[in-house]
Amino acid sequence: MILSGDPPRSRVLSILLVVIIAALAVTPLLFPGAKAMNVATKICIFAALVASYDLLLGYTGTVSFAHTMFYGIGSYSIAIALYSMGPNWAAVAVGVAAGLPLAMLLALAIGLFSLRVEAIFFAMITLAVASAFLVLASQLSWLTGGEDGRSFQLPELLRPGTILIPQDWFGFAVNGRVLTYYLIFIACAAMILALLRVVNSPFGRVLQAIRENRFRAEALGFRTVFHLTYANCLAALVAASAGMLNALWLRYAGPDTSLSFAIMLDILLMVVIGGMGTIYGAIVGAVIFILAQNYLQALMGAASNAAADAGLPLLPGLLHPDRWLLWLGLLFIASVYFFPTGVVGRLRNPSRKPA
Amino acid sequence: MTLLETRDLTIRFGGHVAVDSVSCTFRPGELTAIVGPNGAGKTTYFNLISGQLRPSGGSILFDGADITQLSAPLRTRAGLGRAFQLTNLFPNLSVAENVRLAVQSASGVHYDMLRPWITRTDLIARTDAILDQVALGSRRSVAATALSHGDQRKLEVALMMALEPKVFMFDEPTAGMSIDEVPVVLNLIAQLKQDASKIILLVEHKMDVVRSLADRIIVLHNGQLVADGKPAEVIASPIVQEAYLGIAPGKSAA
Repeated sequence: MILSGDPPRSRVLSILLVVIIAALAVTPLLFPGAKAMNVATKICIFAALVASYDLLLGYTGTVSFAHTMFYGIGSYSIAIALYSMGPNWAAVAVGVAAGLPLAMLLALAIGLFSLRVEAIFFAMITLAVASAFLVLASQLSWLTGGEDGRSFQLPELLRPGTILIPQDWFGFAVNGRVLTYYLIFIACAAMILALLRVVNSPFGRVLQAIRENRFRAEALGFRTVFHLTYANCLAALVAASAGMLNALWLRYAGPDTSLSFAIMLDILLMVVIGGMGTIYGAIVGAVIFILAQNYLQALMGAASNAAADAGLPLLPGLLHPDRWLLWLGLLFIASVYFFPTGVVGRLRNPSRKPA
Repeated sequence: MTLLETRDLTIRFGGHVAVDSVSCTFRPGELTAIVGPNGAGKTTYFNLISGQLRPSGGSILFDGADITQLSAPLRTRAGLGRAFQLTNLFPNLSVAENVRLAVQSASGVHYDMLRPWITRTDLIARTDAILDQVALGSRRSVAATALSHGDQRKLEVALMMALEPKVFMFDEPTAGMSIDEVPVVLNLIAQLKQDASKIILLVEHKMDVVRSLADRIIVLHNGQLVADGKPAEVIASPIVQEAYLGIAPGKSAA
């Protein structure tokens, strides 16, 4: 797409992406409710987060379990800075200035230490470091607030009470909350475009070569440990940035919202559903997953009631909202089975039969 | 002038000595065929020179420097090119992309992440030229894994040529090729031979190929260098008749 020379390569995918981006761009104007705004923000943030994970998993073939750790580092650095320094822009700057280098140095250390050897070792190391970090974040209560996390105030400009454009000007109000949303939307779009640019650069092509045959890439003269380490650092930077945006939106950082392994699983599922090694797949995967997560329950409730009204047997029970996790699981199994290359892979090669 | 030299090069796997104190020098402009029965240590010797294996003893000198401790990528950058015996490609990338990656490496473009690869038209043009040389131009957009065995062997050779090395190491380049595919590769090797600044090392079982191309033959047997000289002398020498041709009489007829 823009700046990268890598078009979506599928008309359906292009249309889908335009619709998604347009919908996200107008969400605050059309659906100003809290729930819709939260869902749209989560989609933006996770699209960027998943795209950065795709850089590792989809392009280099490296499995990392530490991605939520970098996400958490971003969240906590903003939260701790704003909590301890008060709601001002200097605190935001300090959070960014502390969080990004910390994430990058940690990624660099893990990379240089463990990417030399087999991929499974890297996966284990990331798992161990991420677990340690999670425990650390829960235990260092004086700094992180422990299990409760840290709530904080935003700078004046980003607060919901701050009216930037009153409702009577154009028919809709632009308050600090809407401004925060657009800040997140633009930042995430910029990060995804940057990642697209990277994967389509000569460097990005080497990453794919490493995924295909690391031994051969070495024999061609590429020192793959450096390529993998740079990719790891880059992914960590984007993940930390996404975490910062998440903290700004929630005005909170805690173990459950930014560090838990449940988020890691969500990221993995979004990458696989969207399509590994495409970056575009991150956007599609995030939209499908987060919409399902947030609206499937309501949809099922409606369907269950409709079935009950129609007097159908069994269906009302099966579609009961309490069963939503079962259906979500079935949905994922089905999508992985029918789209082994993800939605994007499927759209690009519609003729290819599932393996 | 010596460009490449191995001194007492040795590697042991447990109690088995796969390459046993091989000392040999290679001069530019010379095509050396390395022959020997299966398991003689020919490919292991190659792996030691190109850096896939580290020796248990001895040293390797290249271009005036000791490269024994250098990693495989750095040896490739220094000018040691290697084509593998068992085809070793990027299976799901296109034929052109396989070659383009080698061209990219040869041009020193390793970490450029700021511009799209398609804007490097110089690399793409060079890729096209190499694909034409190995007669793979018409297969450029096919995934490497979808190529016929013979075409994969040609692609393997193309990757090495794209690196523009000083030393070309061919490990049975025509193995498993159909009769009509063999000349393309042999012509390529003959062309490379014209350049008097290059060293060509060739592991090959087909004696007619060895006879027609080689300036020199060295014979490995049980990891040891047992003969070294002009093709006619080496093939006629009793030690080769016994050690190589005697053990595997079928190979000489191939």
